[in-house]
Amino acid sequence: MRLPLLGLLARGPAHGYELKQGLEQLLGSAYPQPNVGQIYVTLGRLEKSGLIEGEDVEQSSRPNKKVYHLTDAGREALHAWFEETEDEPRVRDEFFMKLALAPQTGLADQIALINRQRRQYLNTMRDLSKLAAAESRDNRIAQLLIEGAMLHLQADLDWLERCQEELEELE
Amino acid sequence: MSDGSVPLLRAEGLLKTHHGEGAPAHAVRGVGLSVARGEFVAITGPSGAGKSTLLHLLGGLQRPDEGSIWLDGRCTDSFSEARWAVERRKAIGIVFQFFNLVSNLSVADNVELPALLAGVPPKRARAEREELLAELGLTGKERSMPGELSGGEQQRVALARALVNHPPLLLADEPAGSLDSKGTREVMRLLSRFHGRGQSIVLVTHDARLASAADRVISFFDGRIADDAVLDAAPPRKSGTASVLELRD
Repeated sequence: MRLPLLGLLARGPAHGYELKQGLEQLLGSAYPQPNVGQIYVTLGRLEKSGLIEGEDVEQSSRPNKKVYHLTDAGREALHAWFEETEDEPRVRDEFFMKLALAPQTGLADQIALINRQRRQYLNTMRDLSKLAAAESRDNRIAQLLIEGAMLHLQADLDWLERCQEELEELE
Repeated sequence: MSDGSVPLLRAEGLLKTHHGEGAPAHAVRGVGLSVARGEFVAITGPSGAGKSTLLHLLGGLQRPDEGSIWLDGRCTDSFSEARWAVERRKAIGIVFQFFNLVSNLSVADNVELPALLAGVPPKRARAEREELLAELGLTGKERSMPGELSGGEQQRVALARALVNHPPLLLADEPAGSLDSKGTREVMRLLSRFHGRGQSIVLVTHDARLASAADRVISFFDGRIADDAVLDAAPPRKSGTASVLELRD
């Protein structure tokens, strides 16, 4: 959340609620309800670490609002963020540990584990399809994000298939 | 008989072994399944698992070594090839991975032909064709030859041809298997739309995105059903999708 907020502030000064709207517009239904509380907390932290500065702006009939802008240090942090590559998604997740341990514990069947996990992934895939259908076609960023999630899931399903092929041969 | 209690399609004990060169391949090894009217069932699994053979058995394109198939309660054991051909004109529409359009007939003729063969008067066949092509976004392509169309367009023509006689059952064998991701989304959208209007569909695919459009997914491994799962009809759940992207602190 820290760096995306800095990124939004690189467009120009903004207050917390504008940043929430900025996220919503950018990511559409792929990120439906940014938590406004989390945004304010994060802004506080960013200010404390000197990456942004806030200025109170008076409002006639409401409490003051704080408009934030990026500091030089914040701009520097953003540069560094864009420079770095990100870690690849992790395959060695909790499900994999279950699969590995199932035969040794005698408490679960590997094929049953795979079948149950596949159902979960297929349901998620269905949700993602619905999300993609509901999202405006013009919001390319949101569509690409959903498509990315679907392709990851497709890879996970392909991998389950491989596990099943290999493990059924042993039976 | 076509009341709700009789499945539109039922199979029991299906067995099919291919005898080619080398060892016999057991493509379908004891499969039973039932498809209710209005249901959309996807059959997924790795290539070579036998899922296309299963679909061919269900459409009478191949005959099982053992087992039986009932169409809307009618046992097909004694059906001749000619009788199956009639079923495929009237009761079962089929789309294939490589479209299988008649290459020297225009788009319009490809779609009208099965209607004419089924004895529909030419005027009505033409009206049906016009309506379907419009629905599938192919108006203006009537005079084109299949070879002049993109893969996605050819598959839409194939879908129109399969549906022109309003068959209760649509069988689809890897319908997006030779399409790009845009074509895949298009096929998925169309299948969902026809299903939404009550079309019963059995879809064979290795693509989970396509399969997730179905109500029910059968996982097929090594000639057998490994799992048969009804997907949630509920709106998107919180985990997984409410935020595709989770921003951390």
